[in-house]
Amino acid sequence: MEKLLLVLVVILAVVGIAQIAKVYQVSSELQKRREEDISPTSNKVNANLWLLFMIAFFGFFIWQFAAYGDMLLPVAASEHGMEVDQLFNVNWLILIAVFFIVNFLLFFFSWKYVHNKNRKAYYFAHDNKLELVWTIIPTIALAFLIIYGLKVWNDVTDEPSADAVQVQLYAKQFDWTARYAGPDGIMGESNYLLITSQNPLGLITDETIELRVAELKEAIAKSESKLANEILPDNQVEELEDRIGAYKRQIARILNFKDSNKDFSTAYDDIVVKGEFHLPIRRDVSFNINSRDVIHSAYMPHFRAQMNAVPGMTTKFAFKPTITTDSMRTIMDDAEFNYILLCNKVCGSAHYNMQMNIVVESEEDFAKWLSEQKPFVEPESMKAKKESEEDKVVEDGPLAEKN
Amino acid sequence: MSATVETHEAHAHSHEHHHEKESFVSKYVFSQDHKMISKQFLTTAIFMGIIAMMLSVFFRLQLAWPGESFEILNYFLGDRWAPDGVLDRNMYLSLVTIHGTIMVFFVLTGGLSGTFSNLLIPLQIGARDMASGFLNMLSYWFFLVSSVIMVASLFVETGAAGGGWTIYPPLSALPQAMPSSGLGMTLWLVSMALFIASSLLGSLNYIVTILNLRTKGMKMTRLPLTIWAFLVTAILGVLSFPVLFAAVLLLIMDRSMGTAFYLSDIYVAGEALDPVGGSPILYEHLFWFLGHPEVYIVLLPALGISSEVIATNSRKPIFGYRAMIGSIMAIGFLSFIVWGHHMFMSGMSPFLGSVFVFTTLLIAIPSAVKAFNYITTIWKGNLVFTPAMLFSIGLVSTFVTGGLTGIILADSALDINVHDTYFVVAHFHIVMGLSAIFGMFAGVYHWFPKMFGRMMNSKLGYAHFWMTIVGGYGVFFPMHFVGLAGAPRRYYQYTDYPMFDGVYDLNVLVTTFAIFAAAAQAIFLFNFFWSIYRGQKASQNPWKSNTLEWTTPVEHIHGNWPGAIPVVHRWPYDYSKPGKELDYVPQNVPLTDGEEEH
Repeated sequence: MEKLLLVLVVILAVVGIAQIAKVYQVSSELQKRREEDISPTSNKVNANLWLLFMIAFFGFFIWQFAAYGDMLLPVAASEHGMEVDQLFNVNWLILIAVFFIVNFLLFFFSWKYVHNKNRKAYYFAHDNKLELVWTIIPTIALAFLIIYGLKVWNDVTDEPSADAVQVQLYAKQFDWTARYAGPDGIMGESNYLLITSQNPLGLITDETIELRVAELKEAIAKSESKLANEILPDNQVEELEDRIGAYKRQIARILNFKDSNKDFSTAYDDIVVKGEFHLPIRRDVSFNINSRDVIHSAYMPHFRAQMNAVPGMTTKFAFKPTITTDSMRTIMDDAEFNYILLCNKVCGSAHYNMQMNIVVESEEDFAKWLSEQKPFVEPESMKAKKESEEDKVVEDGPLAEKN
Repeated sequence: MSATVETHEAHAHSHEHHHEKESFVSKYVFSQDHKMISKQFLTTAIFMGIIAMMLSVFFRLQLAWPGESFEILNYFLGDRWAPDGVLDRNMYLSLVTIHGTIMVFFVLTGGLSGTFSNLLIPLQIGARDMASGFLNMLSYWFFLVSSVIMVASLFVETGAAGGGWTIYPPLSALPQAMPSSGLGMTLWLVSMALFIASSLLGSLNYIVTILNLRTKGMKMTRLPLTIWAFLVTAILGVLSFPVLFAAVLLLIMDRSMGTAFYLSDIYVAGEALDPVGGSPILYEHLFWFLGHPEVYIVLLPALGISSEVIATNSRKPIFGYRAMIGSIMAIGFLSFIVWGHHMFMSGMSPFLGSVFVFTTLLIAIPSAVKAFNYITTIWKGNLVFTPAMLFSIGLVSTFVTGGLTGIILADSALDINVHDTYFVVAHFHIVMGLSAIFGMFAGVYHWFPKMFGRMMNSKLGYAHFWMTIVGGYGVFFPMHFVGLAGAPRRYYQYTDYPMFDGVYDLNVLVTTFAIFAAAAQAIFLFNFFWSIYRGQKASQNPWKSNTLEWTTPVEHIHGNWPGAIPVVHRWPYDYSKPGKELDYVPQNVPLTDGEEEH
């Protein structure tokens, strides 16, 4: 019933408008009014509307600044972030001035030079001097912005210092994993072929190689027995055969790692964390960013940091945090506040909720937190040894620097 | 040149005689007449525009009131995509993707260039028709088929393509990563391949026609700025679309033939995949090599249209004609060497990034020249506010407002924090979305009498314009603030992040304005279709314009001019020339003794 009413209303509205249009048309025919002759009243009304629109538009802009200015990102929590914000402010100042001036001239002239049949427009086809002026002024302004911008960009992308904390950010649909190098200070090697549920980053160790090869062999055996014992449609047979082929190739590629005679024990002490990762204050953090499936983007807005995570390659970003989480909570007057890492490249259905908390804390707290994390592989013999060493490690300072 | 004109005259003559014999199919369906093809492009684009706009209203509902139930969503999308009236999150991404694709390619590329290049090139340069009517017809039919496929992809069971209109692999290459990367993506790719063919056929035709079929006296320096804009646009299209074609082709191979152009080291849905050694960055380079010129393919025709409309309705020559041409060419050239500014955060070398910062910011110079020239044209003019004029002035405003934020985005250091946030969405919707659509509306209002022989209602036009500019700025201006708060684009909802609570109201405001602006388009649609059949009959030169299209009869005929093609004696901007009685002197009026050209 409601829908029927709605349809009726729409139909009536259309008919109504059509009737009004018809009346309008008949009346303009009677008055011999031509549609292309814009009446002085129409011109005047539109001219005034330009002025009104300008006021409303500028008012809208100012209102938003006043109402939402402090809802924007808080002060930058990284060293380069301060520099970026300063550059931003300088740009803003110039751009907002230009925005007001140019829009004002446009709307003001539109109001002022409304049609008047007793006046003739000023025939003004070109003026080289004027054109030179507004080519050169933007050129100078832009030269300044380019040079200033590139200087900041240069600082931002500068190599981090040698004592930087190394963190790997690893993206997958739809969460982040962070990895620290552990006491040996070396990130163990990894490869996507070794990814299992116990080894989400595909770290390479002798054990993970064996485990994965065994898994693959089992899968091959399963498929082969299915092929041998069941009667399947052609397409499924083909699919299974393809899969067996793929598994065999993977085994061959995995066994290549073993033949390379590299030392894979560096991965043992790596620390893999989820949900939250910690950073020490006032020390460079160097991120190596990877993805296992599609492109993601590691976005840490409070630190003015962003870099895509691209499958098949490692991307880098580095910054130096300058405000601890606790201090930021005071600044924001929000006891619940957390720095976050979020995904900023569309990556699938749950793209909108792919986040990880970041905690910035003092060097001591950071070292303590790190020592409490479980390493990737914890051999029984190491366990006891480590426990006795634990206190000493904390005293000595950051774990990552030990070697 | 004169020889060409003569043969064309004979051609036109023969057409006149068997004018009546034309069948319905050859006149309205498989027409080779540029004026009919132009109308076909326009109506198709309007239809596509309505769809794309409705999609945007659907996803805006979800963004303003996340998780709330809307019967309208369930009505249009059904139980599968909007169970209980709540938009499905995969469908959300599909809607965003198809909205972008349709708007950028089908409305603002195919629709804008297809309509106005086709209509105006022969009429304004004094040609009987396009160089190849047959290719022109093919161009439209490729466009129509690709439109149909794109719309059909919305009805696929696994959903239409959902990786964003840039369809970056591996997301778009792996159905395991996203269900809509299956058949939906295949249809997207097929549709785009056909679209590219359409665009190339059209562009080649435009270039050839402009260079070879100008009437006697129509020197390049006497071409209206519309034609200059269409020419540079067509050249951009011919040079950049084939690169997108290559990108699409390689993606198709990666998807179905096991190649590894874009794929490497991928573990998805519990399986490690074979491909090693490809790079998604390659795709990004190929895509944006088209993608950035595409921005100007969309924008330049709109700027050309507004130049013409502003000069005519200011009753004043366009200021700095040669500078305007120079700017168009400079923008066209620079647009090919700036694509990397879309990739500052892709992992590309920072040094390469700085090169793109430099080239990108250079584009601001010709753009500034254009903006100032528009304003000087209006200065001391005698402005007649036709609806087309209102839209053109609106275009200058959006072009400036949106262009300025481009300076922020082009600065790699600043881009770090606003990249892929709503700030970007605000920027390109204002500078390219609003500007181009305003240019398109200006063109429709201005040349409607030429297309349909009738006038559109100006009062409804006024209502349409004022509601659209208020709605347009109301939608996209607040997005700057949402972006500056750090809100990423293409998020289904923001409720999982306390940090975005503060700008939540803005999302409601944006959606409200979006519904308002969408409703305003109903006025346009009514005015447009009503006027085709019932509008006041147009006179030959309603806007007292100088260009050649207004010397043709109101009723369309094959070959455009019943007699000889007019000969051109002057530039198109002799408005309010001192010493002349009328405030306009058409291009085909000979110079009087001692009169300087300009």
